[in-house]
Amino acid sequence: MTVRVQAAAFDTGAELNAFVKDRTDVGAVVSFTGVVRDTDGTLHQMEIEHYPGMTERAIAEIVTQVQSRWALADVLVIHRHGILAVGAPIMMVATASAHRADAFAAADYLMDYLKSRAPFWKKETTADGTAWVAPKDEDEAALKRW
Amino acid sequence: MNVMYFAWVRERIGLPQEEVQTEAVTVADLVAELTAREDRYAAAFADTSALRVALDQELSDFDAPLAGVREVAFFPPMTGG
Repeated sequence: MTVRVQAAAFDTGAELNAFVKDRTDVGAVVSFTGVVRDTDGTLHQMEIEHYPGMTERAIAEIVTQVQSRWALADVLVIHRHGILAVGAPIMMVATASAHRADAFAAADYLMDYLKSRAPFWKKETTADGTAWVAPKDEDEAALKRW
Repeated sequence: MNVMYFAWVRERIGLPQEEVQTEAVTVADLVAELTAREDRYAAAFADTSALRVALDQELSDFDAPLAGVREVAFFPPMTGG
């Protein structure tokens, strides 16, 4: 298991290659990358605030949950904070397992919980100023699926 | 205890953290004490249903006791991922 909370940019492809390198015991690798989206062409940048200490603890707890629920060979979580440009990767998860069902389900669960239970807050800067991103009702509802 | 504020809670109160001397029994008591201090606290805590609280870096709730707690953090619902 690898968890990294960092200000630095990362290369999704390089991370995924490193994640699968030299593994002969897995038949399935699933990855998800969250990217700064500019829905209507007005976004200048995104800033992500987090709670150092609690962030790492919360993510470790979420990873422990997926490892107990699914048969996983490995789990990777990277999440950035600080100022991010439009189009930049915000975060990624990768899961590896013998069969794809475990890797898919674990990645899906990780994303639902990272969205609503890891202490990150997104703030968008547009031509109109800055605004904190509000969570969606469906984000909280998604947790009930599990 | 150390009281921390994040995101728009931090912006409304105007500081990221502070040391608070309090006899508050629960989180709700602490919120009431802070709210009575100044308008900026009242503005931040106007609707606690829009807020979350963590005690010693674990998510908790406003009815929770503060006995033995060293760090309290207030923040809006999280938007990670």
